[in-house]
Amino acid sequence: MPVSKRYEAVVIGVSAGGMNALKVILSQLPAHFGMALVIVQHRSHQSDDFLAHYLDGFSPLSVKEVDELEYIQAGVAYIAPANYHLFIEEDKTFSFSLDGPVNYARPSIDVLFEAAADAFGPKLIGLVLTGANNDGSIGLCRIKEQGGLAIVQDPDTAEVSEMPRAALEMADVDHVLQLEEIADVLARLDKE
Amino acid sequence: MEDLDNLNIETRLLLEAIFQKYGYDFRDYSWAAIKRRIRHRCRASGLSNISEMQHKILYQTDFFEKILLDLTINVTEMFRDPHFYRVLRQNVIRELKDEPFLKVWHAGCSTGEEAYSMAILLKEEGLYDKTQIYATDVNESVLQEAKEGIFPLQRMKLFTRNYLQAGGKESFSDYYTASYESAIVDKSLRNRIVFANHNLVTDGVFGEMHIIICRNVLIYFNKKLRNRVLGLFTDSLADKGFLCLGTKESILFSGYANRFTESFPVEKIYRKNEPVN
Repeated sequence: MPVSKRYEAVVIGVSAGGMNALKVILSQLPAHFGMALVIVQHRSHQSDDFLAHYLDGFSPLSVKEVDELEYIQAGVAYIAPANYHLFIEEDKTFSFSLDGPVNYARPSIDVLFEAAADAFGPKLIGLVLTGANNDGSIGLCRIKEQGGLAIVQDPDTAEVSEMPRAALEMADVDHVLQLEEIADVLARLDKE
Repeated sequence: MEDLDNLNIETRLLLEAIFQKYGYDFRDYSWAAIKRRIRHRCRASGLSNISEMQHKILYQTDFFEKILLDLTINVTEMFRDPHFYRVLRQNVIRELKDEPFLKVWHAGCSTGEEAYSMAILLKEEGLYDKTQIYATDVNESVLQEAKEGIFPLQRMKLFTRNYLQAGGKESFSDYYTASYESAIVDKSLRNRIVFANHNLVTDGVFGEMHIIICRNVLIYFNKKLRNRVLGLFTDSLADKGFLCLGTKESILFSGYANRFTESFPVEKIYRKNEPVN
């Protein structure tokens, strides 16, 4: 394993308590952040693109809901649309599906993480934040299997601890961080 | 631990085998989603790898039938996305009310819920008797269900809510008969619908349609296949005919964007331009 390696993308899974957690992270990232961020936030299947607009107002990065066939670009934070699973293809474009819920969720964090692990291999960081179920744990394992990096929010400081706790139990996690530390660490990893 | 290279090779070989043996062509479907479905079915069947699964698919037709249901997604509901049906009623169907005869193609109709929704709309707008609805799908078993028009009674609650949100004018319960745990669609909704097998990947054009509805089908196709299908739709539409896609689908990045005008961007309703002379 090389001492320093360059990551291209961060996939983020977040459920209950996510609005605040995402706001903190996205507002603290530097404007010249060089990785793409792809976010699954569990929410009502009827939600519109409010979340992306809301977060865009707090972040130096561009935050947007994913459009189909879109190429993933560095420095952009993408939010999965409500009610569709989000995939990343080998050519780094997004695709959607209406396959049944996974872990009672659509979009599911596991679905995104597993596809992203296949597409980005060791150049991927997986991040599991606050939430009330265990979505994301299996996906985080797959990211590790493909040589990526796993980060989990410290369950003791998460608004809802169940999801980060489940991820810690299942996956071989590299960093356990408090919410306020995450943006700094990502910015540092971006420079590697 | 799975080997990613092997997984990719085996999945491609499996799709090739399915095409050669059974004629169903999934080779140009969106790769990540189809790979996930195959891997999932492989694990659920207790098989240790996809090569083993390929053997089973080639030698056991009934096993293939199960796989086929996994590979063709069949989720749908009546008046799914009510705001779409509201616009369809108020701005599309009424626009066509003076046509002497209406032809509607519902491509990828699955178990038929959305084709029946269309029948209800046309009925309430007084256009049903001069309409022919062609509802097609590649999967014979869902088509059979669609023809029967029998749905679980418990789903009627959701369908009724959708119907009302879509601007329904009547009592939704008039459109079905409840029998034990089933709801049987009213016969009159069936007599202007033809359910037929049609494969978007390999089959040809349907002529002179006024409306083509194909929602949440293109999301499963890669760019090449999407372009083929959008070409098929363009050729199948009458001038000034309407193409209705799913909420997350768009014609903008295909080779056919300049043949259409975006009538309702949010509902993804496009109108075919008249030819320029």
